[in-house]
Amino acid sequence: MEIEAAQYLGKYVGAGLAALALLGTGVGIGSVFSSYLAGALRNPGAAQQQFPNLLIGAALVEATGLFALVVALILIFVA
Amino acid sequence: MASEGKVFDPMHQFEIVSYVDLGPFDFTNSSLWMFISVALVSVIIGLGSSGRALVPTRWQSIAELSYEFVAGMIRSTAGNEGLKYFPIIFTLFMFVLSANLLGMMPASIGSFTTTSHVAVTLTMALVVFFAVTILGFVKHGPGYLKLFVPHGVPMTILPIVVVIEIVSYLSRPITLSVRLFANMLAGHTMLKVLGGFVVLMGVGGILPLTILVGITALEFLIAFLQAYVFTILACIYLNDALHLH
Repeated sequence: MEIEAAQYLGKYVGAGLAALALLGTGVGIGSVFSSYLAGALRNPGAAQQQFPNLLIGAALVEATGLFALVVALILIFVA
Repeated sequence: MASEGKVFDPMHQFEIVSYVDLGPFDFTNSSLWMFISVALVSVIIGLGSSGRALVPTRWQSIAELSYEFVAGMIRSTAGNEGLKYFPIIFTLFMFVLSANLLGMMPASIGSFTTTSHVAVTLTMALVVFFAVTILGFVKHGPGYLKLFVPHGVPMTILPIVVVIEIVSYLSRPITLSVRLFANMLAGHTMLKVLGGFVVLMGVGGILPLTILVGITALEFLIAFLQAYVFTILACIYLNDALHLH
């Protein structure tokens, strides 16, 4: 009985802890955009060419945070 | 949540409902919406490429713009040799884009986001992965394994780098598929949760409603962006197979 309760609790605590991955994602996405803006303001001529790379970078960083979502979902619904 | 009178289940929209039972296979809402997105792309491209006018009509412009967009994407990442593989890249892009955008229609009219299911995205990612791997071995023979040994790395850390390269290569289908499906899943869940706020808060729901409008616009951007990222990563993998970075 206690083991079941602990498992039940652990699932949700673990899912909550998985949300900590958003710390890294937040820093990462901020870094992507800040570097882009810093570069774009120094050299506006080259900014347009690098815009697709900005989008790729943003999407890649964002995906890392979403992996945490997947971990949380697995913990709650599968494990 | 179930104890309240009304139930707001943000995950309900991802439920697969079987329409027709075909023995080992079921014709589900997922299959229906996949058919719809394929039909939509076929109609748009079919209408657009039937005219061949010098001054394009609107339909032709859509077809030409999407062609130019994908062709430019391949040219800039995989070079002119990559253009040989234009058909599959174009198919991937148009399918993912139309599936994502069709999923943005309200779920109340039965819209279903096929790309929010890992089964669909993993299939596409595995097709890309195996196609690229086979292509690499056909082009370079065993020399394709040089992909895992980047040059200019000091001998001391080379073993670690090779292991990392192999792991990152093998995890490509997983990251490629999870990125797309998790984005769609998270976005649509967030829309539903905010929609639940609007209903629950009554008059005060005007506040979440304004946020919801902005988030919906963001979701349209993400729908396009994820199709773009999925395709451009396929192009980058293709470039690895063609040119061995």
